[in-house]
Amino acid sequence: MAQGILVVVNQEEGRVRRVAYELLSLAQSLASGQVTALTFGPDAENTRESLGRYGADRVVFLSGPAYQAYSSDGFAQAVAAVVSTIDPQALFFPATAWGRDLAPRVAGLIGAGLASDCTEVHVRDDGRLGAVRPMYAGKVYARVAIDSPRQIFSLRPNIQTVVETGRSAEVVAVDPGLDASTFQAVVTEVKQSQGGQVELTEADIIVSGGRGIKAPENFKVLEELADALGAALGSSRPVADEGWVPHSYHIGQTGKVVSPTVYFAVGISGAIQHLAGISGSKYIVAINSDPDAPIFKAANYGIVGDLFQVVPALAQAIREVKKDA
Amino acid sequence: MKILVLVKQVPDTATKIRVNAGDTVIQTDGVKWVINPYDEFAIEECLRLRERFGGEVVVLTLGPKRVEEAIRQALAMGADRAIHLDSDRELDSQAAARVLARACQDEGFDLIMTGKQAVDDDQAQVGPLVAVELGLPQVTVVLTLEVDPEARRIRAERELEGASEWVSLPMPAVITAQRGLNEPRYPTLPNIMKAKKKEVKVIAVESLGVPLDPWVRVEAFSLPPERPAGKILTGDPVEVAQELARLLHEEAKVI
Ligand SMILES: Cc1cc2nc3c(=O)[nH]c(=O)nc-3n(C[C@H](O)[C@H](O)[C@H](O)COP(=O)(O)OP(=O)(O)OC[C@H]3O[C@@H](n4cnc5c(N)ncnc54)[C@H](O)[C@@H]3O)c2cc1C
Ligand SMILES: Nc1ncnc2c1ncn2[C@@H]1O[C@H](COP(=O)(O)O)[C@@H](O)[C@H]1O
Repeated sequence: MAQGILVVVNQEEGRVRRVAYELLSLAQSLASGQVTALTFGPDAENTRESLGRYGADRVVFLSGPAYQAYSSDGFAQAVAAVVSTIDPQALFFPATAWGRDLAPRVAGLIGAGLASDCTEVHVRDDGRLGAVRPMYAGKVYARVAIDSPRQIFSLRPNIQTVVETGRSAEVVAVDPGLDASTFQAVVTEVKQSQGGQVELTEADIIVSGGRGIKAPENFKVLEELADALGAALGSSRPVADEGWVPHSYHIGQTGKVVSPTVYFAVGISGAIQHLAGISGSKYIVAINSDPDAPIFKAANYGIVGDLFQVVPALAQAIREVKKDA
Repeated sequence: MKILVLVKQVPDTATKIRVNAGDTVIQTDGVKWVINPYDEFAIEECLRLRERFGGEVVVLTLGPKRVEEAIRQALAMGADRAIHLDSDRELDSQAAARVLARACQDEGFDLIMTGKQAVDDDQAQVGPLVAVELGLPQVTVVLTLEVDPEARRIRAERELEGASEWVSLPMPAVITAQRGLNEPRYPTLPNIMKAKKKEVKVIAVESLGVPLDPWVRVEAFSLPPERPAGKILTGDPVEVAQELARLLHEEAKVI
């Protein structure tokens, strides 16, 4: 009978993202069988120690020549082959660009239901897994059941604490017997965007600017605050549409959905589409000159004032607090 | 080139979502329905490809009678004809993908475009699932698309976290569109008039003989917890800034 959880993650140069540890920790707390991690690529073996430390009982490494470059159709076939060997009850994927590309492909291939971008997975009364996932960009949460025999979940980063269980993962050899020349969509080049700032969906603190910033050069004021906080920068949609910041900064219903510990909304009015993307934040801090701005209704803390005076003072105050701490 | 675009009708993003606690349905009275924002990028890209290489753009929509309005709008943007898969049932992603794939499998499309996700269910599944159903390769969350109809090859740039990657693949394929791909056009008045005469083929979903029972099922909706009333500070900028820093440090303990 199918049992245990297969956690499918990507790795680069022998390193996995933190979300991989979150998935393993969660899988270990829920699984009624073994937790198996699956990863791909030339340096896959180097992840063995860390995957075990965070909860993998077993690991499958697909590091052969077929898995040098990502292919959605190729990797999906490989996952399907591992699934038929391991026979897991459920599969976990990270809800990252990589996982959100691969998971539905696998779901279609192996004929299992998938709940995307879950913020919670739990054991139900009937012993199967259930999940909670935001819909309408977080305006509403849905508790979902997956009725197919095998269940697939992709999990949003930053929602699960990481637990070290210090296992020494056993390596399971699986050979899907695939030939890269049969893979159709293949990655030929990866381009890092400049700046190299922390990815918004994984950031712990975000400083985000809206139209109140008034001109692109004024974003410097926010950079200074972000710098003092060690935060990533984001924006409302109009600011990205104007080209004041890259598109990747855009937060909200049609941009990124973020879940930091603290979200600073600076010169952002708090339109419903923007609020949808930040509702998963633990604390929201608003800085706005208009005391009636809707953002204050969503905020845990706020300052009514001119951002050009408040933000530099706040950056200074935070530096002082941190120095004393 | 023969291009298919999948268009979903969703509540306008300005909609305040209302549910009764424990319910499995969203209240839809008074909701303004629009084309899924990402599907607008998909439509625009298809129109540009047709303008460059010739051929036709076909719209495929699954949903109840109200989706006719979305179809007319896509036709008014410039699509040539449409297929409406008519059903009042809420289908899960896989049933929807099976139905959509069945309806287009015999047409022989060179390219199928979808949005990267529908802003109602936020599943981001239907594109890849349709690709699997049809045995086609996929690229998702596409920012740049280069199509070579002679060589029957596609190169696409897709968004990653803080990076992007280029993917090479053969045609036919499924492509899902991300914001940044293009700037969708508005329908012009003459095109709105022309759209009224374009063909919309209506097919009853039940007639396709595809299993419709869901695997993924909503058991209950709930609204996100209300935030407690915030502490809003006013006064001298330097003083309130210091007070906020203190609160974040001592009360919230986040810095
Ligand atoms: C289909 C659709 C999808 C959308 N999706 C998104 C989305 O994903 N994300 C998103 O953000 N928006 C989205 N929008 C746009 C959204 O409706 C709002 O227009 C937008 O969020 C407003 O951006 P803003 O708050 O930066 O600007 P504004 O609403 O113009 O607010 C600027 C704020 O700055 C304040 N301000 C001005 N000067 C100062 C100063 N000196 N000091 C302090 N404060 C100052 C003002 O009081 C005001 O509150 C979408 C809209 C549509 C139609
Ligand atoms: N009912 C539908 N009719 C037509 N296209 C759809 C439908 N549902 C989803 N799609 C397409 O699939 C994309 C992803 O939707 P989803 O998987 O629901 O997030 C959408 O942007 C549409 O292009």
